[in-house]
Amino acid sequence: MESAVIIDHDVVVIGAGLAGMRAALEAARNGAQVAVVSKVHPVRSHSGAAQGGINAAIAAGDSWETHAFDTIKGSDYLADQDAVEIMCREAPGDIIELEHMGVIFYRNEDGKLGTRAFGGASKARTYFVGDITGQALLYALYDQLLKAGCKVYEEWFVTSLWMVDGACRGAVALDMIKGDLALLRAKAVIVASGGMGRVYEPSTNALICTGDGIALAYRAGAPVMDMEMVQYHPTTLKGSGFLMTEAARGEGAYLLNNKGERFMLTYAPTMKELASRDVVSRAETQEIAAGRGVDLCVLLDLRHLGADVVLKKLPQIHEMALDFLNIDMLKDPVPVRPGMHYIMGGVKTDAGARTPVPGLYAAGECACVSVHGGNRLGANSLLDTLVFGRHGGRNAAADVKKVTAMPSDSAGEQLLAAEQRRVQSLCDRPVTGESHAKLRLQLGTLMDEKVGVYRDEAGLRDALAQINDLQKRFETVAVRDRSRVFNQALTFALELGFMLDCAEATVISAIDRTESRGAHYRTDYPQRNDAQWLKHIEVTRRDGAASAISYLPVTITKWQPQERKY
Amino acid sequence: MQWTVVVGRYSPPGDPQPKGEMGPAFREPYQNAPRKTYQTFKVDLPDHAMVLDALIHIREYEDESLAVRCACRSAICGSCAMWVNGHARLVCTSKLREHTKDGKVVVEAPPSMPIVKDLVCDMTPFWRKNMSVKPWLQNKQPVPQGEEYRVPNAAMENLIQEVSCISCGACLMDCESFAVNQNFLGPAALAKAYRYTADPRDADTDVRLREYSESNGVWDCTHCYECVQVCPKGVAPLDQILKLRKLAVDAGFTDNAGTRHADAFAESVRDSGRLNELTLSPKSLGLFNIPAQLQTLPAAFNLLRAGKLPPLIHPKIPNVERIKNIFKKIGERFK
Repeated sequence: MESAVIIDHDVVVIGAGLAGMRAALEAARNGAQVAVVSKVHPVRSHSGAAQGGINAAIAAGDSWETHAFDTIKGSDYLADQDAVEIMCREAPGDIIELEHMGVIFYRNEDGKLGTRAFGGASKARTYFVGDITGQALLYALYDQLLKAGCKVYEEWFVTSLWMVDGACRGAVALDMIKGDLALLRAKAVIVASGGMGRVYEPSTNALICTGDGIALAYRAGAPVMDMEMVQYHPTTLKGSGFLMTEAARGEGAYLLNNKGERFMLTYAPTMKELASRDVVSRAETQEIAAGRGVDLCVLLDLRHLGADVVLKKLPQIHEMALDFLNIDMLKDPVPVRPGMHYIMGGVKTDAGARTPVPGLYAAGECACVSVHGGNRLGANSLLDTLVFGRHGGRNAAADVKKVTAMPSDSAGEQLLAAEQRRVQSLCDRPVTGESHAKLRLQLGTLMDEKVGVYRDEAGLRDALAQINDLQKRFETVAVRDRSRVFNQALTFALELGFMLDCAEATVISAIDRTESRGAHYRTDYPQRNDAQWLKHIEVTRRDGAASAISYLPVTITKWQPQERKY
Repeated sequence: MQWTVVVGRYSPPGDPQPKGEMGPAFREPYQNAPRKTYQTFKVDLPDHAMVLDALIHIREYEDESLAVRCACRSAICGSCAMWVNGHARLVCTSKLREHTKDGKVVVEAPPSMPIVKDLVCDMTPFWRKNMSVKPWLQNKQPVPQGEEYRVPNAAMENLIQEVSCISCGACLMDCESFAVNQNFLGPAALAKAYRYTADPRDADTDVRLREYSESNGVWDCTHCYECVQVCPKGVAPLDQILKLRKLAVDAGFTDNAGTRHADAFAESVRDSGRLNELTLSPKSLGLFNIPAQLQTLPAAFNLLRAGKLPPLIHPKIPNVERIKNIFKKIGERFK
């Protein structure tokens, strides 16, 4: 590395999916000089994989209160109701804004926005573009980002946050094309880097979902919250684990066991296949365990929907089943199983996307407001990214005006030199060291096996011990590429470090929560226990000591916890 | 089952150079693309495995220095377009079984794009072209307050073919016009151009149509259909380009070489039943565009010397009236 490169911005956004781009746009609109840094080109972000749609109570007969109640019930009463209120009240405005940005939402006969049904929702309030809603939104926002002339550092990989006197003042990033480190100095940093799906194997998530932002913030002292809440999606494709959108069931698809029975009629007589995801995933797991599965899967049956509905409204999953299983869903049911899909937890923020660390904000899947609590409803995640991305962008732009003292160039140069040494020492390790791919696979299989749909104390303790062992072995992971340009062996090794941090926080939280709530089901504590556990678990990292657990009360406004039935 | 995968390797000067045998120079017009080495890997993967599965396996367990862009593995993110046996494809949906020829599958970065490392090319030309069609909605005023624009669903469905585009760049990588003219906007960008032009909520339809009709725009496509063939998402960029041409002509943007060329073509067929190549070029360039006409003289002279100049007196086919009747039936423009 030649000379220290320090680049100044008011606001730096890490991640260029929906939350990141929405935050950047809003910060720019509010007068901040903003840059987005992303390890992939913005349109490659995993937001683009969201298929089904985005929720908002707009239609006559629906209300934000009903949307909020469905969300809170879906969360198994762990969501903070003040934050849910904000999200559901503001949702219609965000949908209309997207429409004005050019999103080609599905329309009714009268030319107004039309909806489809989705899981856990008492009204059809999901707005959509075929089964490529995330992609349509991602491109609309990217186009707006281009229009605004926003600076994007594409294929820059953030290695650490710059902490000065307890405040976040920027990020160090590796320009993957050039192979150089640079310091992006900023008065505010918004982490919007998405989920950590790759901590699990298999997962519906892309290979890039490695929890980078969560770990970066966690290492910088920001607490993470609700990390034990990991969503398994009920319909992921056999083998590859790719997502078959909930919109399939929203449009009327059935789930069948090997006797051809619609087993959800037993588990959730009212909502049937459209019960919340945690409920359906558990039902499928039970059916499979009871020997009523097909090759450890159940069957997703769309045949009765007809070619017109499938090809017009669900073309992508039709194509995927053909590509990856050679099954034409018009003619045969598709084998699916519950698969890791989403994390409800993340970096703890308030309803304004601020973390407890000054200068540090978080939005989207990497953040935990908490609006999803123990279980997220389908089509609420896109909404979450937009609403809280917007709040984060606006608040960061306002807050930076109050930041006057910034760390000096020489402090920045020192930091860069130290980070350069750290990265170089990783690259210089003997090539005989551990393989990042092997460790990642071990971690993923371990998490799926012990920290999945059903959990218990013994399994979780074992998982923690194994993660700690993997952390030790990680210290000798080799980077078997000596290139400067596009050294993915280096970035994969760095990602593995992030993933191990995320996994540890997840398991610590899962051990601690001795009840069953939402996606967290303890076979040794099968009941929900409101008296003891109507609270969030926060984990804070401490240098040289075990991570600290603390608790935060759940904010209840008008919806008292009740028994959850679908 | 064991598969043989031959991977085109490249590292920029200054980085450790990859193993493998140095390959030949590329065919015209890619003769200036950097030469690569080709390394053969044998991988054990199931019968239904994709080419990407093989590349990931190699990168994880055989050679960590192999650079591959990929993220979703399911044709959504658009990261992994590259050449498979000499044609641009997404490797995540290319089955090894279907692409193994003569016992192997050859995977490499396309020579039509600048190269970064191994299978990673520099997509800057693609993004620049995208940017230059101004790919954002110019809202029709007044923007409805607090509610959506009222538009028929059919108008939205008309755009979904382009909205399905994942910007993988396969179409540009194999575009024959781009191969010889780096300034051609290319299939994906022009498809995107159609998406905003045909959006009933866009106010800049005429501005767009004028711009896209200029040189390097819609008329520079040569209808080779490569883009339609290689597109993994059924975007059919050429179809979008043809729709843009029609919109442009209908809106009166006809004072350009492309429209004149199409008109000259049609007029010649209408009047004689066959193409008059002698008048095609002058009419396309504009009859009074003397500098451009003079520039074609050397080519014409070469044709004359090679005995390939079309006959000076252009013969009509028998019963040409029947052709004229067809034109009358097609519509106004060529009556």
